[in-house]
Amino acid sequence: MLDLNIDDIGKQILAEVADIHDTPAGAYNFRVNSQLAGRHTTDNIDIMTKEGLPGIDIFIKPNTKGESVHIPVVVSASGIKETVYNDFYIGDNCDVTIVAGCGIDNCGEHDAQHDGVHRFYVGKNSKIKYVEKHYGSGDGSGKRILNPQTEVYMEEDGVMEMEMEQIKGVDSTVRTTIAELKAGAKLIVKERLMTHGEQVAKSSYQVTLNGENSTADVVSRSVARDHSSQTFNARITGNAPCNGHTECDSIIMDEGKILAIPSLEANDVDAMLFHEAAIGKIAGDQLIKLMTLGLTEAEAEEQIINGFLR
Amino acid sequence: MLELKNLSFSVEGEDGKKEILHDLSLTIDNGKFVVITGPNGSGKSTLARLIMGIEAPTSGQIFFDGQDITNLSITERAKLGISFAFQQPVRFKGIRVIDLLRLASGKKLGISEACDYLSEVGLCARDYIEREINSSLSGGELKRIEIATLLARQTRLSVFDEPEAGIDLWSFQNLIRIFENMRSGIADSSIVIISHQERILNIADEIVLLADGRIQKTGSAVEVLPELIGTAAAVNACEKLK
Repeated sequence: MLDLNIDDIGKQILAEVADIHDTPAGAYNFRVNSQLAGRHTTDNIDIMTKEGLPGIDIFIKPNTKGESVHIPVVVSASGIKETVYNDFYIGDNCDVTIVAGCGIDNCGEHDAQHDGVHRFYVGKNSKIKYVEKHYGSGDGSGKRILNPQTEVYMEEDGVMEMEMEQIKGVDSTVRTTIAELKAGAKLIVKERLMTHGEQVAKSSYQVTLNGENSTADVVSRSVARDHSSQTFNARITGNAPCNGHTECDSIIMDEGKILAIPSLEANDVDAMLFHEAAIGKIAGDQLIKLMTLGLTEAEAEEQIINGFLR
Repeated sequence: MLELKNLSFSVEGEDGKKEILHDLSLTIDNGKFVVITGPNGSGKSTLARLIMGIEAPTSGQIFFDGQDITNLSITERAKLGISFAFQQPVRFKGIRVIDLLRLASGKKLGISEACDYLSEVGLCARDYIEREINSSLSGGELKRIEIATLLARQTRLSVFDEPEAGIDLWSFQNLIRIFENMRSGIADSSIVIISHQERILNIADEIVLLADGRIQKTGSAVEVLPELIGTAAAVNACEKLK
């Protein structure tokens, strides 16, 4: 069991955002209601509290392979508003998984807001998998607000795979991601977003391919239900011979609103850039097919959405 | 047993009301393999969709095992034991073959059972089980997965709307073998296939010939088939695939 000073709500949030049911192996830093709730470092991964600013610095030694870092955040007190700066310094030739994620449980009447600013400095030839989930719960009238800001700076031949997911309960979010890639570096982004109620989500990407043979693939899938609204704005800039692709694919339901703005900028004749965008409601024949298998219309809808956001 | 009583179906077109099916009555007994054929536009697919509840008749009634199902929804009919294979199978982003087979079987189907259904339709299970049912699959692959979902459902009545449409010759040979297997394991269930394929018509217990929304003739393959050979209601695979 999780041997930390965290209440049941906190534990449930940790399970949601970071799939943590037990004390994780490897390095970790748990932040609960703006306080440090637990930290563990390894020979290769050091975590230090920042001086002068809230947040942590994570140092991963060159050649660290097969290790993981978990840095989940729990906000379960109403009225908290914080901006936290976490910087990752990743050495050359690493192969590491980083699991972040923030959950807000707000039962009170005051807004609860966590703005996480993450900066990644990815060393040469290092391979990083980054998983970030955002989740909100609680039935208070106070809003649950998450504004993640992510910056990725990649040295030659690094690979960064980012999975970013926000499926439930976050009232307002502005997600900003920027990335700059040197030669041979590769960035793969998989974003999954679902909004409901009166939620508002904005997500923007600016990926700049500066080095020869750098590649980026930014794919977002989203579902907007009820009266929620979403804006997706992805720009890939090619300043060298490079490959870039961005895709946003959305299901619109009820009274939802979606604005998709993919854009490309090429400043080199050998930059190959593509974008795709699609918005549509659930196809009638998809519902009918699942109903012929014995599902109700609501169950069919749920299966289609779950598959789409997989 | 499926009974159609005085079924009519019409649509509102630009030139007013157009009747697709006229006062059609038909009984399909348990243990029967029935092929409904007829030229394009004769109302075959409409009839199949009326049986599943995808379309509602303008008038008439449908009984399944004695129960009037005319006003039941697709879901309710599916739960009673009717299944339907689409002429153009639906694609789903993110839903995998294993997911669809599990939904079809209505239980947490094990990998090995799911693989059996896929092998039955001639797909190498290992290559397909985790595949998404999206545009990366060919028309023939989709058709076979569609049939596998019906095998997984094991219902009392299976309706196939033009299972041969859009598949290659090799898949077609396989399809005949699948239907022959289904034919031999039919027991108390019944199978209705909408098709113009001579080889499918050949294995029918009963052929129903539709034209202009009316039943022109019903009877065994031996009785009906000789009249149909060479007409649009019965073509051989090569002609069809040209």
